[in-house]
Amino acid sequence: MSETQATKEAPADVTPEPTEAESAAVEVDAPITDAEATSHADDSAGASAERDVVVTARNVCIEYEVDPIVKAVRNVDLTIYRGEILGLAGESGCGKTTLAYGINRLLKAPALMTDGTVTFHDKDGDDIDVLALEGDDLRAFRWDKVSMVFQGAMNSLNPVIKIRKQLFDVFTTHRPGMTKVEMEGRARELLSLVGVDPDRVNSYPHELSGGMRQRVMIAMALALEPQLMIMDEPTTALDVVVQRGIIREIMRLREIFGFAVIFITHDLPMLLEISDRVAVMKEGKIVERGTSQEIYTNAQHEYTKKLLSSFPSLTGERGAFVRGGEDQ
Amino acid sequence: MRYIGRRLVIYAVTLWAAISLNFFLPRLLPGDPAAILIAKMSRNGDVTDAQLQSIRRLFGNPEASLWTQYIEYWQQLFRGDLGTSVSFYPTPVTELIGAALPWSIGLVGMATIISFTVGIGLGMFAGWKRGTWVDHIVPSTTLLQSLPYFWVAMVLIYFFSVQNQWFPIIGGYNVFMFNGPEWSWDFVGSVAYHAVLPATTIVISSVGGWLLGMRNMMVSTLGEDFVVTAEAKGLKKRRIMTTYAARNAMLPSIAGFGVALGFVVGGFVVMETVFSYPGIGKLMITAVRGNDYALMQGVFLVITLTVLVAMFITDMIYGLIDPRARQNV
Repeated sequence: MSETQATKEAPADVTPEPTEAESAAVEVDAPITDAEATSHADDSAGASAERDVVVTARNVCIEYEVDPIVKAVRNVDLTIYRGEILGLAGESGCGKTTLAYGINRLLKAPALMTDGTVTFHDKDGDDIDVLALEGDDLRAFRWDKVSMVFQGAMNSLNPVIKIRKQLFDVFTTHRPGMTKVEMEGRARELLSLVGVDPDRVNSYPHELSGGMRQRVMIAMALALEPQLMIMDEPTTALDVVVQRGIIREIMRLREIFGFAVIFITHDLPMLLEISDRVAVMKEGKIVERGTSQEIYTNAQHEYTKKLLSSFPSLTGERGAFVRGGEDQ
Repeated sequence: MRYIGRRLVIYAVTLWAAISLNFFLPRLLPGDPAAILIAKMSRNGDVTDAQLQSIRRLFGNPEASLWTQYIEYWQQLFRGDLGTSVSFYPTPVTELIGAALPWSIGLVGMATIISFTVGIGLGMFAGWKRGTWVDHIVPSTTLLQSLPYFWVAMVLIYFFSVQNQWFPIIGGYNVFMFNGPEWSWDFVGSVAYHAVLPATTIVISSVGGWLLGMRNMMVSTLGEDFVVTAEAKGLKKRRIMTTYAARNAMLPSIAGFGVALGFVVGGFVVMETVFSYPGIGKLMITAVRGNDYALMQGVFLVITLTVLVAMFITDMIYGLIDPRARQNV
C-alpha cells in the first residue's frame, strides 16, 4: 500500500533534495531583504511550476474577531520548499502560531482567515487548495500531509489513554487497512526512531518525562510520513540539554525522511543554527527573510538586528553571540 | 492492586468511625427506648415483671458502662442483630430494613444512574456545541435543579395521576394484585410502572447539575492542547468528542458522583414519603415519628453503609478511567 511505498521511496528520492531546495531558496529569496511587497512576485512566479515547493501561502490575513479587531497576521507570503527547514522567528504575540494554525486550518473562532490562499503541492503532483477542504477531506489531509508538534510538551498527549492507543488512533483514522499487528509494529518502530524505549507504548503520558513526551509527539507526527511538519516551539518547555537532544533528533529524522519543517520559535540564534531559511515576524508581518547565513551576517531590518543583539554571547557581551561547538 | 488495598484501608477506618458515631449519637439524646416501649405497652394494659425484664434484656442494660455497651453493640452487629423495632414490635430491625432496602436502592440507584448518564451525555453535547443555540437551553436545566423534590413530586402526581390517571399515585407495586413481592414478570412490570413517577422526580431535579458541570468541564477540556492535537491528527469528530474531550471532562463528575449520592439520600426521604414508596426513606420517617431508636439507628447505619459502598465503587471506577489516580493518592 501507499504506506509501504512511501517508506521505500522517501529516503531514496527525497534526501538529496534539501540541497537543491537550499540553492533554490537562495536564488529566489537572496535579493529580498525587506520582504513585504517585493517578495511576492518572485515567489509566486515559479512556485506552482517548480516541483520542489511543498506549501505556498499567499497574502494570508488572519484576524481575531474581537472588539477591537486584532489583525494577527497581515498579508503574509510564505513558500516552503520540500525538505527544507524554514525558521519562523518573532516575539510572543507576533502571529507566528496563528499563521501556522492557519496553514493547517486549525483556527477557531474568534480567529478568522479573512484573505489569502494556501496551496499544498502534493508529492504525486496534485495541488491541494487547503482552504477549500471541508469535512472528511480536511481530516484526511491533516497529519497525512501536514503534521504538527505543539508548544506544550506536557499537555499535547491525552492523559487518560495509553501511548499505544494514541498512536493507533492515527492509523485507524488514516490507514484503515492496517492490522493490529502492523500497527503495533509501526508504533514500536516509531518510538525507537525517536529514541524512546518501544515498550513505552504501554505507558500513560504522566509516566513519561517532558522530553520523552515531546519525543513521543514527534514519533506521532512522523507516523504517516508527512511532507511537512509544523513545529510550534517544540522545545519551549524543556531545558537546554533536552532541547538540544530533541533538535538533533529532528534534524536526523529530517535527513532520513526528507520532510519539510516550519520551525517556530522566539529563539533566533537557535533558528539560525538549524534552519535553511529564516523569516522574522513582527506584528503580524514578515519583516525580513533570507537564508540563515544572510540573516546572521547581514541583517537588514532594525527589528532583526535588535533580536540578534538581544542574546548575549557566551562571554557575556551583548550582540555578539557565539553558538558554535556543534554544527548542524 | 495496591490502589484497591489502600482505598480499602481508608474505607475501613471510615466505616469504624461511622458505626461508632452511630452508636454514640443516640445515646447522647435524651429519652430511653425501653421506657418508651414500656409506656406504649402499658397503654394497652399492665406490663408484667417478666415482660419488663425481657424488654430490658432486649434493649441492653442502661446501667452498664458506655464501654460495655459499645462492645456489646459490636458483638450484636457481627451477629447481624440490630435490635427490635418498637413501632413494628416485635419485628427485628434487620428484617424491616431488608424488606425496604431493595426498593430504595432499585429506585434511587436506577434514577441516579439514569440522571447521571443523561446529564453527562447532554452536557457533553452542550459543551461540544458551545457558543451556539444550545447554550440558551442550559440555564433552564439549572432552574429544574433548584426545584425542591417534594414539589416536583406533587406536580407530577397532580398532572399524571390525578388529572390524567396514567400513573399510580402511591406505592411500589399494585397491592391489590399481589400479596407481597414475588418473582414474576407481572410483578416486575407493576414495579416498573409504579417507579416511573418517583424516578422521573429524581431525574428532573438532579439532571441539571450533572449537565451544567459536564458542559463547563467539556468547554475547558476542549481548550486543552491534546484536543487541538487530536484535531490536527485528523481524527473523526466523534472520536475527539468522546475519547479525547469527554473522557477527560467527566473525571470531576465521576468524583462527585459518590458525594452526590449522600445528598440523594436526603432527597429520597422526601420523595418516598410523597409517593408512599415502601423504601428506606419512608421507614426512616416512621422510625423518627415513633421514637423508634433501634430502627433509626439501623436505618442510619444502612444509609451510611450504602453511601460508603457507593463511594467505594465510584473510587474503583475512577481509578479505572484515570490512570493518574492509580499511582498517586
